[in-house]
Amino acid sequence: MATVYVDNKACEMNPEENLLHGCLSHGFKLPYFCWHPALGSVGACRQCAVKQFKDDKDSQGKIVMSCMTPAAEGTRISIADPEVVAFRAGIIEGLMLNHPHDCPVCDEGGECHLQDMTVMTGHDYRRYEFEKRTFRNQDLGPLVNHEMNRCIQCYRCVRYYRDYAGGRDLNAFASRDQVFFGRSEDGVLENEFSGNLVEICPTGVFTDKTLKHHYARKWDQQFAPSVCVHCALGCNTDAGERYGSLRRIVNRYNHEINGYFLCDRGRFGYEFVNSEARLRQSVLKDRPTSAAAARQYLDQTVANGRVIGIGSPRASLESNFALRTLVGPDHFYSGIADHEAKLVGLMLEILRRGPMRTPTLRDIEESDVVLILGEDLTNVAPRMALSVRQSVRQQPMEAVKKLKVPLWLDHGVRDAMQDARGPLYIATPYRTRLDEVATATFRAAPDDLARFGFAIAHALDSSAPISHETSQDWLMAAAIARALKAAKKPLVISGTSCASEAVIQAAANVAMAANTALSFTAPECNTIGAALMGGNSLSAAFQAVKDGEADTVIILENDLYRRAPQAEVDSMLKAATHVIALDHLPNPTTEKAELLLPAGTFAESDGTFISSEGRVQRFLQVSAPQNEVMASWRWLKPDHWQSLDDVLRAMAKALPELDAACDAAPSSKFRIAGAKIPRSPLRESGRTAALVNINISEPKTPDDPDSALSFSMEGTPDQPPAALIPFFWSPNWNSIQAVNTYQKEVGGPLRGGDAGVRLFEPAPRNGQAYFSAIPRAFSPRQGAWLLVPMYHIFGSDELSLAAPGIRELATKPHVAVNSDEFAEGAEVEVNCAAGTFRLPVMIHREMPVGVAALSVGLSPLVGIQWPTWGKIARAK
Amino acid sequence: MLSILRTIWYVFLHSFQKRITVQYPEQKPYLAPRYRGRIILSRDPDGGERCVACNLCAVACPVGCIALQATEDKNGRRYPEFFRINFSRCIFCGYCEEACPTYAIQLTPDFEIGEFHRKNLVYEKEDLLINGPGKHPGYNFWQIAGVKIGGKDKGEAAHEAAPVDVHTLLP
Amino acid sequence: MTSPHPILSILGVAIVALSIAAFLIWVERRLLALWQDRYGPNRVGPFGLLQVAADSIKIFMKEDWIPPFVDRPVFILAPAIVFVTVLMSFAVLPVAPGIIVSDLSVGLLFFLAMSSLGVYSVVLAGWSSNNKYALLGGLRAAAQMLSYEVFMGLSLMGVVLLAGTFSLPAIVEAQRTIWFVIPQFPGFVLFLIAGLAETRRIPFDLPEAESELVAGYHSEYSGMKFGMFFVGEYMGVSLISAMISVLFFGGWLGPVLPGVVWFFLKMFSFIAFFVLVRAALPRPRFDQLMSWGWKVMLPLALINLLATGAAVLAWR
Ligand code: SF4
Ligand code: SF4
Ligand code: SF4
Ligand code: SF4
Ligand code: FES
Repeated sequence: MATVYVDNKACEMNPEENLLHGCLSHGFKLPYFCWHPALGSVGACRQCAVKQFKDDKDSQGKIVMSCMTPAAEGTRISIADPEVVAFRAGIIEGLMLNHPHDCPVCDEGGECHLQDMTVMTGHDYRRYEFEKRTFRNQDLGPLVNHEMNRCIQCYRCVRYYRDYAGGRDLNAFASRDQVFFGRSEDGVLENEFSGNLVEICPTGVFTDKTLKHHYARKWDQQFAPSVCVHCALGCNTDAGERYGSLRRIVNRYNHEINGYFLCDRGRFGYEFVNSEARLRQSVLKDRPTSAAAARQYLDQTVANGRVIGIGSPRASLESNFALRTLVGPDHFYSGIADHEAKLVGLMLEILRRGPMRTPTLRDIEESDVVLILGEDLTNVAPRMALSVRQSVRQQPMEAVKKLKVPLWLDHGVRDAMQDARGPLYIATPYRTRLDEVATATFRAAPDDLARFGFAIAHALDSSAPISHETSQDWLMAAAIARALKAAKKPLVISGTSCASEAVIQAAANVAMAANTALSFTAPECNTIGAALMGGNSLSAAFQAVKDGEADTVIILENDLYRRAPQAEVDSMLKAATHVIALDHLPNPTTEKAELLLPAGTFAESDGTFISSEGRVQRFLQVSAPQNEVMASWRWLKPDHWQSLDDVLRAMAKALPELDAACDAAPSSKFRIAGAKIPRSPLRESGRTAALVNINISEPKTPDDPDSALSFSMEGTPDQPPAALIPFFWSPNWNSIQAVNTYQKEVGGPLRGGDAGVRLFEPAPRNGQAYFSAIPRAFSPRQGAWLLVPMYHIFGSDELSLAAPGIRELATKPHVAVNSDEFAEGAEVEVNCAAGTFRLPVMIHREMPVGVAALSVGLSPLVGIQWPTWGKIARAK
Repeated sequence: MLSILRTIWYVFLHSFQKRITVQYPEQKPYLAPRYRGRIILSRDPDGGERCVACNLCAVACPVGCIALQATEDKNGRRYPEFFRINFSRCIFCGYCEEACPTYAIQLTPDFEIGEFHRKNLVYEKEDLLINGPGKHPGYNFWQIAGVKIGGKDKGEAAHEAAPVDVHTLLP
Repeated sequence: MTSPHPILSILGVAIVALSIAAFLIWVERRLLALWQDRYGPNRVGPFGLLQVAADSIKIFMKEDWIPPFVDRPVFILAPAIVFVTVLMSFAVLPVAPGIIVSDLSVGLLFFLAMSSLGVYSVVLAGWSSNNKYALLGGLRAAAQMLSYEVFMGLSLMGVVLLAGTFSLPAIVEAQRTIWFVIPQFPGFVLFLIAGLAETRRIPFDLPEAESELVAGYHSEYSGMKFGMFFVGEYMGVSLISAMISVLFFGGWLGPVLPGVVWFFLKMFSFIAFFVLVRAALPRPRFDQLMSWGWKVMLPLALINLLATGAAVLAWR
């Protein structure tokens, strides 16, 4: 720690960082624009000026940019010096010369960093009377809005988009005071992380277009801490609501996971919650009915029938557990597709056994050598792809360190680094977005990927098994092995998306042999949780109904047609006398239900998910329930469970492995100085007007028995624990940049620790055996194709597909092959065990011959048991 | 002690003084235009709705009696989808008027809005909107703001230069 | 010399006392307005006279809310006590010769006893409300009324010495020659002040001091229970005014006009004076109130008693 004197006050600052970072960490109100903790300094905006003095005798001093000056021992600076105060005010005035008179109609208003900084510097009156320059806006697609007049040329957007997220289609154009930030022509932003521009841009140039359609100011939204439901990574989010509808998702900083960024599916997928099609009322035999009647029918049916329950990997632990309790553990069936359950079971076994550690996304960012075995991360676990993108900077960074360039000095680092990239190896059946930063890629059928992995493991540790058939690819395997061996923080990533146990086992072997971290992706937000909950397999459920062992099926938040072939599901649903389903949106399964209960989404219920990292995390209800929609566990719970705490306690008792769920967030009894944590910002407006059109007597604020949050602005002004932060705000910091004031040190962990409890900590290494079931090399079959799944960030996720913005961008279902037989775009018929599908074909020259990849999860490509063999023929 | 008695005496002498009460409603007092009574929403000089649904009035209101929802027409002009004032809560402090950046919301010298049922004191946009600009005849927010709306392109607002051609190579 | 028709006279006195108290609501507001250059209630009925009716209707229709945290029985009992004790005092009040409910030989003592009991009402109200403001109000009332009670009694002893009796009609009769206000002027002043304090009227309304204590001991009261405190206060004012006229201004004695008229005339003048004091004087601090009572009024009352006693002895 270095001692820096700020206005003669001695402050301990991190000498590896710059003065701006240090000052903000100490809570000084120092305005800035172009610096960002994740992007480093470029000194472009000149807003963070401070005066630096040589020693305590120096009264002259010189103005420096705090973001460009190291926090070296003994530095003396002044923030309050009148000259530098005037300098900063001048900078703002300059930035504001061309700024439009837009605040009232600007979506950034009320959470605008530019507004905050303008107020902070005291610039309150426009003296400039001449013409303002203007720009035309671009249509950047359904997710991000563009209003270029408001730009202050801080360059954060392009630095984030190009340098950090690896996008190419956003750039700075023109020169001098006319610099324009946009695309070369109108069009959808290509990068999957474009939504972060909304938070990165300190002004209203880039704003959330989905929010624009139902705009509410930040101060008017009621927020709750949430966990993204659109993939298994468990990114932390805050969900904002107004007048009973969900308005948007913003990033909730979690140092260990998402940091400052979310993917577009996570940020914009929320709109399914507001869908017109939402089930908001119980339906009994196709007739709407009251909650009480529905519940009575449920009880009666359960009491009289032979009941089984089918859980869901997209429902919370609590909901799954409530169902398990209702039907009894023996009659509880996991809702995971059979082939997936096997894969996930294997992954869990590996993680439990150790010694590999499952890394957090932050660990992934810091890894210096990464091997990806069988995963298209951008489309399966998008946020992880962004982390992997940062990992390739780790090795070159070592060289930069040797040159003594401070790591926060962004331009310096990039100049020193040039195009150098650290080792990243990607082995998948088809090309991926990350290939562009990969050192080498390897394309093969799943079995060959596995063999490749086994070969790497063997190269690392000769006691690891290897097949006797050799292959020329093994040269490359040896190179990867060398890189992994030399690495300081190596990492292997694999998962379920090749639908191959061998790939997972191979990845485990590599990780064990090279002593690396091992990260597995999982298909859905609570796949890991559902797998830990256990239960019989899905096909056993079908069998039970077929055999007449059960006549009543309760299906929890699960469209079975996505899990099993249509014919099987059809016959099972037909055989059952009573089908009871709980879900958010209508789907083919709910259509067949006799009793349909409206289940709360993440926004309308409380619950716990377990991420693919093995992190147990709580999400909380955003607004008080306004209709019959409620958490599934509330529908299913026995009467004596009053609140979430009761469910958690019962669950910890029944399933000790899940008792960490109790610690995922403080209980509902938690108080800060006797007060709950307010869901609404202090300035929420319209409390005595919002509902008076319905009833002139304003209702009492509803209680929340399930969490330590209140449904109003009343409560503690203090910082809540990370798992309970509904929104980031502190005096003077209305924008998302307020997160600085919630961190121990800017850019570091949140004060009091980050959210979530990790379930798997590495077991010590004590002779865990290698997997040795090496598959035979893949050989294409005559007249048949090996079908493998191909995921799409926009499209493969069931829920986000109901969000209009995401639906618009969703990939059209297709089949990808490497073949001369078909022309690109031609219609083909794919015939496999799950049925016959008519699809356009895409020619992927990089793919192994004899393998075809099918878009997953997009109707009609659901319910397929991967991998499978099929025929592809030109459509007649 | 004496001063107490003197006070009592002086107060007693008020029995013979003129009363200053104005006998409303028979007698009507003069109310200045800036009097803070019933609230209205005004219109631009060109007849368009002035309110841009910025929510500033709502957040300024100390009793929270204004609720609105913003929406946009297809040309990007923002306006309130609904705008509700609960006059049974309003304390006529005028903060809303002060906060309004467009002069849309104005308090008027009409205070005779008593009702027997509180629900009749809930005014919706239809009840609030008047047909003129109220106390600020000349002002038109959209002519000053930088966003494009129907009938006003980029560069056409007050003090705006023509839009930059970003593809030119000249400095 | 008790009334021949006890029931009738009880009813009569009760009804008259209550109507006067109700009527006072209007009188006070009109008088206050007069002295503040306003009109006061002038809309309901002629001269706003029916304001009383309107107010009573309102107060009867109000929700009679008993907060869940109060000590229920005591809370309900408290307002009744004030009502009962004041009404009881009227029993010994001679309006005119023969118009009295009960001519007790210890009438004056009875009056003093009843006014002491009135303290309980306020103390219990404050205590049972379970509210800090109410409790403070109750405590103040207890201290204030106990202190002023002491010299209230003493200030009247001069009258008793002069009249040689505790019976109120007899005291009136004893004033045929001279109203006691002349020989007992200090006693009159002391009693006047003590009377103000006993009725908790401005400037001695510290138990309810709305600027500090919300509404003091009756903060939690509403509806007719509050109404009982309210009317009780006006009855107290009438009672004290009547007592002043009886004890110091010869009660019904007076030329030409019938006795009853004289009585009410005197009584109303003092009521008006009470209102005038309210219109004119601010409220002292509580410590001022207490030291005034114990350090000034009490010694004065004692001196007055000694002097009168000495004079009576010497005269005999
Ligand atoms: S970017 Fe900020 S300062 Fe500019 S118009 Fe929008 S809210 Fe106002
Ligand atoms: S668009 Fe936003 S982030 Fe980009 S330069 Fe302008 S103000 Fe900065
Ligand atoms: S006058 Fe005051 S209380 Fe009434 S609506 Fe405006 S801000 Fe709210
Ligand atoms: S402040 Fe003015 S423009 Fe903004 S919402 Fe209120 S009335 Fe409309
Ligand atoms: S933040 Fe330092 S120059 Fe922009």
